Amino acid sequence: MASFSTTTTLDEPQVSRGKAGGAPPTFDGGDGGRPGRGLPDYPTRLRRARLGLLVALTPVLMLFVSFTSAYVVRQGLPTLDPRTNQLVRDWIPVKLPTLLFVNTIVLLVSSIGMELARRQTKLAAVAATVKPATEAPISAEGKTPWLAMTIALGLLFLFGQWMAWKQLAASGFYVATTPSSSFVYLLTGAHAVHLMGGVLALLVAGLFALLHRSITTRSIVVDVTGWYWHFMAGLWVYIFALLELAK
Amino acid sequence: MGADLWIISIAIFCLGALMGALNFITTTLDMRAKGMTLMRMPLTCWAWFVTAILGLLAFGVLLSAGILLLMDRNLGTSFFVPLGTVNGVLTGHKGGSPLLWQHLFWFFGHPEVYIAILPAMGLCSQLLSVFSRKPIFGYKAMVYAILAIGFLGFMVWGHHMFMSGMSPYSAFAFSIMTMGIGVPSAIKTFNWLGTLWRGKIRFSSPMLFAIGFVSLFVVGGISGPFLAQPVLDIYLHETYFVIAHFHLIMGVASIFGIFAATYYWFPKMFGRMMNEPLAKTHFWLTFIGAYAIFMPMHYYGMAGGLRRYSQGTEVGWINQLWPIQRFISIAAFVTIAAQFIFVFNLFWSMKKGKKAVDNPWEATTLEWTTATPPPHDNFGGLTPVVYNGPYEYSVPGAPRDYVMQTDAPVTARH
Repeated sequence: MASFSTTTTLDEPQVSRGKAGGAPPTFDGGDGGRPGRGLPDYPTRLRRARLGLLVALTPVLMLFVSFTSAYVVRQGLPTLDPRTNQLVRDWIPVKLPTLLFVNTIVLLVSSIGMELARRQTKLAAVAATVKPATEAPISAEGKTPWLAMTIALGLLFLFGQWMAWKQLAASGFYVATTPSSSFVYLLTGAHAVHLMGGVLALLVAGLFALLHRSITTRSIVVDVTGWYWHFMAGLWVYIFALLELAK
Repeated sequence: MGADLWIISIAIFCLGALMGALNFITTTLDMRAKGMTLMRMPLTCWAWFVTAILGLLAFGVLLSAGILLLMDRNLGTSFFVPLGTVNGVLTGHKGGSPLLWQHLFWFFGHPEVYIAILPAMGLCSQLLSVFSRKPIFGYKAMVYAILAIGFLGFMVWGHHMFMSGMSPYSAFAFSIMTMGIGVPSAIKTFNWLGTLWRGKIRFSSPMLFAIGFVSLFVVGGISGPFLAQPVLDIYLHETYFVIAHFHLIMGVASIFGIFAATYYWFPKMFGRMMNEPLAKTHFWLTFIGAYAIFMPMHYYGMAGGLRRYSQGTEVGWINQLWPIQRFISIAAFVTIAAQFIFVFNLFWSMKKGKKAVDNPWEATTLEWTTATPPPHDNFGGLTPVVYNGPYEYSVPGAPRDYVMQTDAPVTARH
């Protein structure tokens, strides 16, 4: 026997997340809470969806971290004026439209609506998993006022951003006017694209309600979109602060 | 237009890589088989897991750089493009910084080389254990080394930019970090050798490629600390020494990982073995060929042979070196030709190869518990339960010289 092999005593078989170990057969349902071959249960699906969202937010964060570092670096760079052959700065601070303040409030209010919608659907989903599906309360089906409000406010925010772009252009700041205006369009645009994804996901959730798809699936979509939505609201506040404070 | 399409395709590639990373990370964290604790995962899975984390953090940055570049090209912005003229006319861009592009690109670019090599490291660790009939030497150290390499990989992008005029203090910091990567790399190399030491080695084709990987990794890696020093880089950058370094370690070593994995998992995928004599011929020609191509490049680079020039015949000191270039070219053609043996073997064995049994290599991991080729859903709707670590070979008192991960728990000390 090779003298380099490891010398260990193996522990009892351990199963993650505290499920009972015992001595099950070699093959079973496995997969943490998957009874037989159907879908895993609601808490497992919710946990997985949230984990997936958390992981998916990382590259979004990295994207904006990267934009921020480009912003800071580009702000400090001088350029050569070809007429005078002297180093000058081409970074002209942009006066941001006051409409952006209004948009910020709209988005923050939508985030509150989103949270209420998330809790509402989650309660309905938990209730549906406790009771047999046939007795699902009617109130849990179809009626999603908070969801509708969030979608409306989200669309209002996007419309407001579009109007802010128009105001910027009217005041003479186009995409290529100065690097600072390039960044204003870039950051607001990249954020808007991400928020559109959130609106789309909420529309899908609303469609599920209309199609009478299971409340658990809808709840999971609304739940993760809710966290995504809050992230987008926080991200917007960050972007706005960056553009306003680091001119 | 062509360049825009190229940038857009890179951006789509970024999105694809991010989706893939998302899948790998969540699956590893939350969908392991019952009993498969993180520290019972095969090193292949560990390596893919860390690779996915690197991809998750790196590809977003490349995506952002791509978006800025597209804006510079199409919307008239000046993030990267400095003041300049084309045919005597000002381009309209001013003030952008090509160095900003380099920073963003290499912040992605250096983790990317670990994205290329880490999977090969993981699966070669696996194969060295299987074909030495010994547990991997220092399993935990291997895991921590993978994590350390992944972490340090994000701290060293500046070593690609030593000659960009960066502050010597920054260069010094990047240099120290870069040489720091040598530590986990050396841990891995030591553990690979420890695994081979006094093992009952079976020189099957996957094992040959795994050993070849270790050899190439060491030889290619040893020139890393040379290049990591800004002072030496003044001389060596833009020479063939750099080409030799990264092709051996990142190019050929990674490709050896791909070959090793193909020969190893082919039976599971297609239910047939690949032809062994052809595989061994392929190995020896490729192994010797790779050294014949890249070893002379070190000398050529040290002698001042520049990269990125198609022809050096007008330059006296390069002109004297042409026999080396001729030797490298011949070696390259022979090595490329040898790859057709592999392509032929791949397709021929799918149809005519010897029928494979379920576990032809007598390995312990889960994929070898299921039928060959696997049924729908890999395990036919059931998921295995894991009781053992992935490298239980030559266990004293066990009926066979290996204990599957799904076998009854090994409790005896060994």
